[in-house]
Amino acid sequence: MKTEDLIRALAADGARPIKPVSHYLLRGILGGALLAVSVFLLSLHTRPDLSQALRSPAFVYKIIVAAALALTAGSLLREVARPLPTSARHFGLLIVSPALLAIGVGIELGTQPAALWLQRLVGHNAAHCLSLIPVLAAGPAVCLFVVLRRAAPARPASAGAIAGLAAGGIGAMLYALTCPDDSPLFVATWYTLAIAAVTGVSAYAGRRLLRW
Amino acid sequence: MDPAERERYWTTLMEQSLQGDARAYEQLLASLTVGLRGVVRRRAHGVGIDIEDIVQEVLLALHLKRGTWIRGTPLAPWVAAIARNKVVDALRRRGHRSEVSIDGVAEALVTGSGDNVEHAGDLSDMLARLSERQRDVVRAVSLEGYSARETAERLQMSEVAVRVTLHRSLKALATMFRTVPSED
Repeated sequence: MKTEDLIRALAADGARPIKPVSHYLLRGILGGALLAVSVFLLSLHTRPDLSQALRSPAFVYKIIVAAALALTAGSLLREVARPLPTSARHFGLLIVSPALLAIGVGIELGTQPAALWLQRLVGHNAAHCLSLIPVLAAGPAVCLFVVLRRAAPARPASAGAIAGLAAGGIGAMLYALTCPDDSPLFVATWYTLAIAAVTGVSAYAGRRLLRW
Repeated sequence: MDPAERERYWTTLMEQSLQGDARAYEQLLASLTVGLRGVVRRRAHGVGIDIEDIVQEVLLALHLKRGTWIRGTPLAPWVAAIARNKVVDALRRRGHRSEVSIDGVAEALVTGSGDNVEHAGDLSDMLARLSERQRDVVRAVSLEGYSARETAERLQMSEVAVRVTLHRSLKALATMFRTVPSED
């Protein structure tokens, strides 16, 4: 088969309109979020004092930090799905969530007596946090990987990592609804560790599965 | 055509292609192929690689990944990024390391120092590894130039089945390129 024959076959296959990868990425992230919500509803429950918690700034703040991560990483997906290198300016977006968290930690350290710091950092449920965030993140991560296999990431490991961060952000947002610990010290330690684990595994999986 | 004109021409063809205009798409791929040959020949020169093999691998990748091009962005850098990736991979598979920059490839593409000579290039080894049905479909639309509908009639398949089979065959060919060194 000569190149011109191949081109004819490609053109025949291209005789249908196709949607951009970003369209599928959006579906992947929505589908993944839906999956995570289902897992949450089936196996976990919101904390009993939710209506009071909603009035607590620290509770709302940790949800915002997690949502910021899901949104910033999610919005980067379209960039890292391309064969062209992603600019540093785009990656800069990722600073938003950690920066918010750092501000929260600063406020916590400024307002709480030093004697309480360790207790608030250790919290009640570190092991839960470390295991449930990855469980909740798994569905979104798988959905995003399925979509990213259609893509052509310049750096498969980075694309995997960004998918992991977005999935971790979704997992953390949901987990925050059941987690009784609101201290930014707790969030900065255990949420970060859990999300880092999801991201690491996703980066590795990206290197293996997202090459094209 | 000067570089800017060529870029506009390609971008317009690509926009039409993504809407399912097969003729615009064929024109685009044919036009890109000339530039790609030049690019590949320069990068893979003297390495003993069949240039046309790499050109075909790049064309398959452009096709299967065309959804990652973002409307309104220039086409040449996107094509160059895919071509660069495939050239580097092809060289690496044969034990050569190479530094190939996307900008350099993009520039070579639009300045059009191309090569319109068809080199050997022959997918028959790979075609042989497709299923019989897949081979029949690919042959009918490529070598014999039938449309999907005509192919469906000839092979007594539904048109949808022809399209699906064709698409899967192309994906399979792309995977074969990626996993097996086509030389040695």
